[in-house]
Amino acid sequence: MIPTTYILLLSALIFTIGAVGVLVRRNALIIFMSIEMMLNSVNLTLIAAANQWGNLTGQIFVFIVIAVAAVEVAVGLAIIMAIVRHKDTTNIDEVHLLKG
Amino acid sequence: MTLPNLDLPPLLPEIILIGMALLLLVVDMAARFRDARAEGSLMAGLTFASVLIAAGATAAGIGGGDASVAGVVLVDDLSRYLNLVVLLAAGLSVLLAWAYVPQFSRESSSFYALVLLATAGMMFMGKSVELITLFVSLEILSVSLYILTGFNRHQLASAEGALKYFLLGAFSSGFFLYGLALFYVQTGSTQLAEIAAQDSGGVLLLIGLGLLLVGFFFKLAGVPFHMWAPDAYQGAPTPVTGFMSVATKAAAFIALFRVLAAVPGVPVEVWGWAVAIVAVLTMTWGNFAALRQKSLKRMLAYSSIAHAGYMMTGLVAGTDALNAILYYLFAYAFMNIGAFAVAAMLERPTPNAPQDATIDAARGLFDRRPALATAMAIFMLSLTGIPPLVGFFGKLYVFGAAVSAGWAWLAVVGMLNSVVSAYYYLRVVVVMFMAPEDETSYVRSRIPAGAGTAIAVAVTGVLLMGLLATPVFVELGRAVIALR
Amino acid sequence: MLSFAWIILVFPALGLLINWIFGKRMGKSYIALVASAAVFASFLTAVGLAAGLAALPADARAVTVPLWSWIHIGDFQVDFALLIDPLSVVMALVVTGVGFIIHWYAATYMLVDDHHRELSLRMYGRFFIYLNFFILMMLTLVLANNYLQLYVGWEGVGVASYLLISFWFYKPSAADAGKKAFIVNRVGDFGMALAIMWLFFLFGKEAGSLAFADIFHAAEGAGAAAAGAMTGITLLLLLAATGKSAQIPLFVWLPDAMEGPTPVSALIHAATMVTAGVYMIARSHPLFEMAPTTMAVVAWIGALTALMAASIAIVQTDLKRILAYSTISQLGYMFLGVGVGAFTAGIFHLMTHAFFKALLFLTAGSVMHAMHGELNIDLMGGLKQKMPKTYWQFLIGAAALAGFPLLAGFWSKDAILYEAFLKSPLLWGVGIFTALLTAFYSFRAVFRAFHGDPRSEHAEHAHEQSPGMTFPLWFLVIGSLFAGLLGLPALFGEHVNVLGNWLAPVFADLEGEVHGSEGLELTLFLVSSGVALLGIFIAYARYIPEWGWAKALQRLFSRLQPVLENKYCVDEIYMAAIVNPLRRLAEGFYQLGDGCIIEGIVNGVGAVTVRAGGYVARMQTGVLGMYALSFFVGVVLVLLWFLLFVT
Repeated sequence: MIPTTYILLLSALIFTIGAVGVLVRRNALIIFMSIEMMLNSVNLTLIAAANQWGNLTGQIFVFIVIAVAAVEVAVGLAIIMAIVRHKDTTNIDEVHLLKG
Repeated sequence: MTLPNLDLPPLLPEIILIGMALLLLVVDMAARFRDARAEGSLMAGLTFASVLIAAGATAAGIGGGDASVAGVVLVDDLSRYLNLVVLLAAGLSVLLAWAYVPQFSRESSSFYALVLLATAGMMFMGKSVELITLFVSLEILSVSLYILTGFNRHQLASAEGALKYFLLGAFSSGFFLYGLALFYVQTGSTQLAEIAAQDSGGVLLLIGLGLLLVGFFFKLAGVPFHMWAPDAYQGAPTPVTGFMSVATKAAAFIALFRVLAAVPGVPVEVWGWAVAIVAVLTMTWGNFAALRQKSLKRMLAYSSIAHAGYMMTGLVAGTDALNAILYYLFAYAFMNIGAFAVAAMLERPTPNAPQDATIDAARGLFDRRPALATAMAIFMLSLTGIPPLVGFFGKLYVFGAAVSAGWAWLAVVGMLNSVVSAYYYLRVVVVMFMAPEDETSYVRSRIPAGAGTAIAVAVTGVLLMGLLATPVFVELGRAVIALR
Repeated sequence: MLSFAWIILVFPALGLLINWIFGKRMGKSYIALVASAAVFASFLTAVGLAAGLAALPADARAVTVPLWSWIHIGDFQVDFALLIDPLSVVMALVVTGVGFIIHWYAATYMLVDDHHRELSLRMYGRFFIYLNFFILMMLTLVLANNYLQLYVGWEGVGVASYLLISFWFYKPSAADAGKKAFIVNRVGDFGMALAIMWLFFLFGKEAGSLAFADIFHAAEGAGAAAAGAMTGITLLLLLAATGKSAQIPLFVWLPDAMEGPTPVSALIHAATMVTAGVYMIARSHPLFEMAPTTMAVVAWIGALTALMAASIAIVQTDLKRILAYSTISQLGYMFLGVGVGAFTAGIFHLMTHAFFKALLFLTAGSVMHAMHGELNIDLMGGLKQKMPKTYWQFLIGAAALAGFPLLAGFWSKDAILYEAFLKSPLLWGVGIFTALLTAFYSFRAVFRAFHGDPRSEHAEHAHEQSPGMTFPLWFLVIGSLFAGLLGLPALFGEHVNVLGNWLAPVFADLEGEVHGSEGLELTLFLVSSGVALLGIFIAYARYIPEWGWAKALQRLFSRLQPVLENKYCVDEIYMAAIVNPLRRLAEGFYQLGDGCIIEGIVNGVGAVTVRAGGYVARMQTGVLGMYALSFFVGVVLVLLWFLLFVT
């Protein structure tokens, strides 16, 4: 069986990739995908921990995170669509009306 | 197998709100409305009534002891006071939204349903004693607020504020969630009580606490996690801005208190210094950035950031500062939403939506609407922290708590910051009372009844809570007992 | 039995509310009536309080009238309460008494604006609302029984003052002056806030409140242990006092504050608000007594401010500015008085000054109206014939200011100078020299404005003002003539010092004062009488050379030095001998003090702050990527901090 530590390290790696993705990408959709990646890496952590501790709490947590992520997708796409309708772009660098 | 025993009555206020949110959507489907205004009035009226009832139900329970529901939420006096702060903010904002929302939207039912859901989410967040509940309630309030921020779809500013709030909010949720997961990895439990029972910390717990702090700092708009706040606050419809600038902070503060009280083996010096540094950065940044603003709303947005910084200084004192922070939150609800309400009266209507009010729009306001100008002056002076208004006592209690916990320098920084803030708050007063009217001045020819009531209530609150500072503060002391 | 004291605050509050709510429907005469009647009712209440206090035995004359419990943290409690004791009652009498007369005068004066245009009803009503608000706040200040409430009043009168300085808001100079007053006073207020917090931390636990009596008791209990802190606290309080009372280094706002309507200059910037600093120091005297260093600083600040402001007053040509510098100078005397421990004398001078300076300002207002807004004394002249009543009123005010023997200012100034001499002859020397300058500049104003021939169109056509403005001033004239009799020196007997006896319970805890011999007292009296007369005489000779020995002197000089043959020669000799060095000195002070350094610092701090604000705001670029980066940097820093702890 794979040691829990390895899984935790893997999920930390995926989390970091997601976070870096948010920082370096300019397309709102890709940024959003990176955020989803962060959430899912946390799911991996939770499952590994649930396995380690032998209780179900982590598993339940995962289901809830998946549900929440689905909610965020719905809302997030609607907001991005609103921007596209105004500016015809998904590039976040072009959206800077509010500043200063 | 038996289901866990759900003891519902302690959660009656939340149930009322969620029930009403669903009812609003049903009513919207069933009924036909003549125009947006009629729909808005009905929805606002129903919402306001449910907020009042929920507040009444909460107030009736004060002093009634603790009740744990399913082991995930704890209804104690602390959470009841939080309920009252959040409901106060919601009530005032609903009054302000009454005539405001129909100006740009025919979907009042969704607007108010979202307000109710966000309110319920905040109330749950303040009573969560379990990590999954904490995460879910945080997400309920966040997602509702993302939509509310972008509710005015005809306006790019609103959509842009929502986009920034949403992307950064989801980003921060990721860190927050990772922090929660690390707690679980370390302890095998998501119950705060069980986590607290662990005798020592561990590296993962420490990192987890750091990540949780980041998530809370984001909600509190602490520097450098604050960048979303000015844009989201400016872009959002004004009633939403007032609501979220107060109520979200309240919920986040109380939840943070519960988490900090539960984490074992992390001395106050560690998280205390992190909080103190962020507090200093936050108030200084907020105040300095507010100095040069032209938009009244954006100035108030930066001022909200600064006030979050003041409140954070109380955090370092731990549980002893709870009633100080609660007092500040009540004070802040009155004066800040009051100020946003006046700002909304200065917004020039355009076909799509009201245009942002500039500070110059208040020129000569005292001549045209003396009562409105006086109310605004009271809010501004109170935000500055001039006695005997409520803002002064808020600062006094919070800084006092910091000093008695040995963080005197933090209080001094706070005081210096208040001096800086006087420049921009009093600029508004000067403009209203001394500058002559010109073509930039604007104020609505008729103040809607709802907004007028909200402003009157806020003024009364600012004055009364200042004059009756003692009894209120003593009353809030119950909350401290709750957490000891 | 003094529990009715609170109604003294109710009257101005009521006047303010009535004028605010019904003002637009009432018409100007009713607005003025309501506002003045409110202040008069407060005055009667103050008289009642004085009578009630007098009926008590001397050692029981400090009554606290609690209104409500205000702050309560554990054992610490601050009440909103009125302290009725001899000192606060004297202040209340001065504020409401002089305040009433100024309201009465303003009822007529404010019918037109500074350029003789009809003033709108709205502006008129607003003026009286502000004025009543000021009275309310000033009474809150002087009747406070604790430092926090004093601070409320302190900020409140500040707000009233800014609003009224900028009352002619369409004039940029007025708006700037309001801003300047605001910024400069913020520096002082900051000192006040810090001092109160310091007191709170030091004695809050022990005293259980911020009430004066409790704090003083706790401070005495702490004794020498708190000596260092006490010096710090009193210096901070002094900073606050220099802001409010326009002393070095924060005096610069007061001359500009003359942009406000003249009754405001009389009420706020001469008679009452600016004396709040003196009152606060007298009120806090147990603390100051524990900090000898601060006391010396107070005395020297007072003496130097008096000298500097008087020398600047000599070269001013704007009538109100002369009076403004004169106010600064006289406030300097009061500081000198309280600084050498002569608290009674300081308060005595505060009271007489309120009478004669209010009188001078209000007559200046009459002159200003008669001259259609012109205030340059070079363009006046000959007003004595045009406006005889105003002339006599101004003359008596100026004589009282100059320390003309037996008038109000003479007694109070000499009481201060006498005590200063006992402390340090050097301080006395500065004071007495200032007295010479004072006599000179006050009569320079009299002679330039009222004597000689009219020097402008406006002066030709000046005419006496209506009784509504001249009549109330006679009450101030009575005060300027006879108020000094309340504080006759010990020279005339043991119990003749009415004010001294009255205030004795307040300052009873002072260590036994040093008393000089009667001979010394008499000598000093004669010296200062002589100095006052000499100053007046020089002014007379300088500005009305056609009369008496000045003419002879002129001839003498022209005979001795044929080069100086025209009639300007005398002028020039005077100029070279007296005025020019002084003027140079004065202008030096003006340039150095007022012009660059202080203004530079005060405005500089504000400008730098605001500019920094611009930079900070610019970092909010509006680009989401940068926001996320900022967030991420925060995450990394927080995590590093926590990991640092682990290792």
